[in-house]
Amino acid sequence: MNEATPIKGDQPDEIDFMELDNIIEMDFNNDPENLIMILQAIQGRYNYLPRPALRYIAEKIDVPLSQIYGVGTFYSTFSLEPRGRNIVSVCLGTACHVRGGERVRERIEESLNLTDGETTDDMRFTFESVRCIGCCSLGPVVKINEDIHGRIGAAEIAETLEKYE
Amino acid sequence: MKIRSIKDLEKTGIEHRKKLYYPDVIKVNIGMASCGIAAGAKASFEKAVTEFHGDNGIQISQTGCLGFCEEEPLVEILGTGKPRVIYRNITEQKIADAIRGYMGRNFNKKWILGQMRDPLCLLENHIDNPVEGVAKLDGIPFLEDIPFYNKQKKIALRNCGYIDPDSVEEYIARLGYFAFLKALNEMTPGEIIEIIKKSGLRGRGGGGFSTGYKWETCAKHEGERYIICNADEGDPGAYMDRSILEGDPHNILEGMLIGALAIGSSRGFIYVRNEYPLAVKRLITAIKEAEKYGLLGDNIAGTNFSFHVKISTGAGAFVCGESTALMASLEGQVGRPRAKYVHTVEKGFRGSPSNLNNVETYANVPAILLKGPEWYAGMGTEQSKGTKVFSLVGKIRNTGLVEVPMGISLREIVFDIGNGIPKKKKFKAVQTGGPSGGCIPEQFLDLRVDFDELTKVGSIMGSGGMIVMDQDTCMVDVARYFLDFLKEESCGQCNPCREGIKRMLEILTDICDGNGKEGDIELLEELSVMIQDFSLCGLGTSAPNPVLTTIRYFRDEYESHIRDKKCPAGVCKALFHYEIDAEACNGCRLCALKCPEEAITGEKKKLHILNQDECIKCGICYEACKFDAIVIR
Repeated sequence: MNEATPIKGDQPDEIDFMELDNIIEMDFNNDPENLIMILQAIQGRYNYLPRPALRYIAEKIDVPLSQIYGVGTFYSTFSLEPRGRNIVSVCLGTACHVRGGERVRERIEESLNLTDGETTDDMRFTFESVRCIGCCSLGPVVKINEDIHGRIGAAEIAETLEKYE
Repeated sequence: MKIRSIKDLEKTGIEHRKKLYYPDVIKVNIGMASCGIAAGAKASFEKAVTEFHGDNGIQISQTGCLGFCEEEPLVEILGTGKPRVIYRNITEQKIADAIRGYMGRNFNKKWILGQMRDPLCLLENHIDNPVEGVAKLDGIPFLEDIPFYNKQKKIALRNCGYIDPDSVEEYIARLGYFAFLKALNEMTPGEIIEIIKKSGLRGRGGGGFSTGYKWETCAKHEGERYIICNADEGDPGAYMDRSILEGDPHNILEGMLIGALAIGSSRGFIYVRNEYPLAVKRLITAIKEAEKYGLLGDNIAGTNFSFHVKISTGAGAFVCGESTALMASLEGQVGRPRAKYVHTVEKGFRGSPSNLNNVETYANVPAILLKGPEWYAGMGTEQSKGTKVFSLVGKIRNTGLVEVPMGISLREIVFDIGNGIPKKKKFKAVQTGGPSGGCIPEQFLDLRVDFDELTKVGSIMGSGGMIVMDQDTCMVDVARYFLDFLKEESCGQCNPCREGIKRMLEILTDICDGNGKEGDIELLEELSVMIQDFSLCGLGTSAPNPVLTTIRYFRDEYESHIRDKKCPAGVCKALFHYEIDAEACNGCRLCALKCPEEAITGEKKKLHILNQDECIKCGICYEACKFDAIVIR
């Protein structure tokens, strides 16, 4: 978390500013205290935090862009770069770790040729590690989008990933 | 309908207690907390709904988690005059048969976990005992008589798995909001605080600070006071707060309401981890439901007391579990802790007096008010009263959430409730307290678990994660794992934590990679003292604990990594290799088929050969072999 990632150039995404207004005003009341939740809503919509949207929020809720950048890089769920169609999260909580979570992670990294936080060139997968999603009884756990794959063995990774286009 | 008095509550309670315990239909309650859903409960639920669509004699409902996660999905089926049966592992394939079997009085006994005689811990002495009239099923144990449950005492988890979390009525049916209305109508803030102090309740989030005393101090400071609930459950391996929020959200709201009365607050905040979307959803529903009944909002129950609750979500930062960081995050800022020479009860959120308690702490409050502080203080040890929820996970047969009286021994938790280690492996340690805690070895299995005893052996209670480790767990790797976690999660503003943890991690990584040197252990100890003494917040001051306890109790493992260049547990890849035991291998071909690198060759029924140059030590063959023929050397 303490290693900042630089903001890349403007992404070519079309930003619907009316929609942003709806999120910022209607849902979150233009309130700077809601910044984290505003960013979550925007990431929910665009899959990442597009730079023009951040600039727009800064003006709208009157918070310096630097502070928004700070929040966007401090918290691990935010991404300033576009992410893949499928988010593969391997749980690295302690319970999963002692049950072989590390091996599962290695298999995913090898299968997708990615390291933590990276996205495949075809935008099919983004690989992330997460710290405990609270399904410890099912460890090791891999979450793909909203699906939780419990008691997964390193041997089943390739087959499981195949199911996601 | 707005609730205006205890009488109104009683009326709603009686009406819904009937639906809860003596339904006119066959009621199927499916445990739908995140853990249950992940195990397949949602598929079972949908299957049941489609299968019995249009059948007015059957009602399919959701409940929270009964705690026995290993056996999920758990399904309860009940009907008036019929037994209340808990079925285990009821997947989509089994659900229809389970329901039909129950209706035809052919109970599929192999699928039954136990029958329910509701513990009713809060209802006893208050109202008619709803157990009467429930038929008993011969030869099937009651839930509280099976080993997983019989040492448990459920207070914080009292409603989880017993009610529909989205139904305020069912919460009221189990005496929900009675404690709050009693406090609102009959008690002064000072009296409430006195009760909580007398109960001996200590913060369940980790620190173990006296809740009553915290409330008292906060109430003394002038300004708009805030009640905050810390639901940023970050310790990996701990998920009791999630389970309470998902299974009994009104309990938390009621606890906060009582806290608000005590300190004089009209605004509450719940800071929930981003990883718990279902908890957020259930809380939002709970708030709306409570508002509908006039139990939240303006002029509650016709008095001039008003209380509003807002839910804020985190965004993935472990350090935000620390009180000052959490409050910064609530303000929409980067979640960095600050020095606490001024406490948050004086100047916290928005610079105002703020009272922060953990989810499980609030979950105990209504029960204490209902049953009295003496009842609560009657459980536990001298300095740690009541019960504590532990998440028993890792290398253990009965994974799940267990709520036990303080003072129970680790041995009872691991071997009686947890039923020991699977696959005939040997117990090695229990890790408690998350990244701030430590590893407790076999010699302390008879330790009485409470705040102080755990501290004495170098660990902490923390939020109650209990990760069991066996012979296949490398303790050096565990220490490295926690430091890797903390390196990622350190906010980076103070030097000892930011740089110190990194240096310690480098040393540990070297040891795990086979590059350890003489003197590394001593250097780790020296760095630990420095980080403990000079870090700004609890994350840093407790960060060395996993390293120190593993050095203290498993120094020989460190030494074999450093001197013999061996990892006895077979985890650190540079320090072991797999071999095929010629005597045990019977040539079943399973390992060769599963090996992703085709490093294993051999004909059927003949000894297989593992090519060391091709082997990537992924462990797939080791896990797959049923004859223990793959060995670690």
